[in-house]
Amino acid sequence: MNIVVCVKQVPEVADAELEITKDGSQIDMEDLVMTINEWDNYAVEEAIRLKEATGGKVTVITLGDDEAEDILRRALAMGADDAILMEDEGFEGSDAFGIARGLLEAVKGLDFDLLLTGVQSADDGWAQVGLLMAEWLELPFASLVIKVESVEGDRIIVHRELEANQLERVELPLPAALTIQTGINNPRYVSIMGIRKVRNIEIKELSASELGISEKDVGAEGSSIAQASLSLPEEGEGAEILTGSMDEICEKAAQIIRERGGVA
Amino acid sequence: MAQGVWTIAEQREGEFRKITYEVVSEGRRLADALGQELVAVVLGSNMKDKAGELAQYGADKIIVADDPRLEPYTTDAYTAVLAQVVMEGDPAILLLGASAQGKDLSARLSARLGVAMAQDCTAFSIEDGNLVATRPIYAGKAYAKVTYVNSLPQMATARPNVMAINEPDTSRSAEVVDAAFNLDDAELKTKVVDIIKDEAGKIDLTEADKIVSGGRGMKGPENFKILEELAEVIGAAVGASRSAVDAGWRPHSDQVGQTGKVVSPNLYIACGISGAIQHLAGMSTSKVIVAINKDPDAPIFQKADYGVVADLFDVVPALTEEVKKYIQE
Repeated sequence: MNIVVCVKQVPEVADAELEITKDGSQIDMEDLVMTINEWDNYAVEEAIRLKEATGGKVTVITLGDDEAEDILRRALAMGADDAILMEDEGFEGSDAFGIARGLLEAVKGLDFDLLLTGVQSADDGWAQVGLLMAEWLELPFASLVIKVESVEGDRIIVHRELEANQLERVELPLPAALTIQTGINNPRYVSIMGIRKVRNIEIKELSASELGISEKDVGAEGSSIAQASLSLPEEGEGAEILTGSMDEICEKAAQIIRERGGVA
Repeated sequence: MAQGVWTIAEQREGEFRKITYEVVSEGRRLADALGQELVAVVLGSNMKDKAGELAQYGADKIIVADDPRLEPYTTDAYTAVLAQVVMEGDPAILLLGASAQGKDLSARLSARLGVAMAQDCTAFSIEDGNLVATRPIYAGKAYAKVTYVNSLPQMATARPNVMAINEPDTSRSAEVVDAAFNLDDAELKTKVVDIIKDEAGKIDLTEADKIVSGGRGMKGPENFKILEELAEVIGAAVGASRSAVDAGWRPHSDQVGQTGKVVSPNLYIACGISGAIQHLAGMSTSKVIVAINKDPDAPIFQKADYGVVADLFDVVPALTEEVKKYIQE
């Protein structure tokens, strides 16, 4: 089975202090370390596992600058066969539609049975790109996939994670698109040695203009969503620490639970 | 010209989910700000009687799409029906919940309608007659206010448990009308085989009013029992941090955080959770946060309203007893 996985490079923000650029329009990326979007890492792993079980090949695609090559090399080291980098400055400031439009042009020409993306990206979190592509390609799709149960012939059965501890088992005809939830697998470790081994694999480069994408359709200009303003949440004063003996602390805490939690 | 605020209801097995009341209530506030009508759209099978209830939360008109094929949610069927109904009605604003179903439906519907959509918003306002949506980005480390450019309806989803539910007004009534639509079986490619339910009666984390959560400090799966006991006494759901889930102590469906469930209860009690950004992204919109951790420098104390710096294995059982005493009184 041939699988295409769309991946995105995002800034690592866990331990970073975010700052807003002077014009107030963007997060300052200058000092941020870039990494693969976490959901996408699970999608790459799932694709490789499916390939290992059924044969075929895995192609990873990203839309980004030169630096984004890192996450493609990483996916190759994990076991992906081909990588495509869509490079174009014109995509900067794209909303979900712009990103999906760009990826769509690269995906359209490929022969695949499954199209995978992560559920969402850790930065903008639109949670739409995979679904937009599925709609435009007229593919059946399932979002929030937490398990691939079976692939038989031209049908696939997957589990979707819903609320209230419910899982939905869905059957889809192939080709299909899935958005992958974290926790679906345990992504393999990628060593520096592993990345070195794939350094000679050629990464195919495509540009938006080559694919006939107009600048008017992507990037900030092509966006139907405009960012009016950005703000950072207030620091807050921190917690009021409850003090006293264990009995006193528990009494105070119980009172908070009663009053603020509405426990009778 | 596009007119009115439309909200899409969410039902499961014939019952409205809490998010439905939240979205209709928020829709009412936006409709008032615009001085326009609020419409609620209900999809399902035999939902017409039940649908009338949404008038009490502010709907002026209720459109019901009734079809056995709409009883279980499928993206294919819901998108096909809603695209027709929305195009026919031409609303100015279209609001859904950012639940598992709403995120799925909204993205596909926005693609079908060819309009932009703001996902998982925590606040809405009307400025100069247009929708302004606020949404957390970068794991909640920043907030973006967004507006729409030549894109109608202005479409957005609301984070569950954030929008206040209106006090039901039983004197309100609404016109209930049947939706006109065509649904072709050939469009229904995806088939729901079945729904696997975990323990029945478990409180849904995303709807829960109170949550007790455990992290790495729980030291093992067996110790979650003390959290379950506290949760039972106060009527809370039990959640877990990513480290507890990664360690295999709790199922992924219990995970609170950016890569798990995003929750906004009235009361969140974090036990043995250090407060990594990935966790905070999933619970920082809780109204009151109580943190119990023996490390006074744990980042969770920055976000919490109240903190207890002590061993959770001492505090939690004692606290459960204390609350029991109150309840008995």
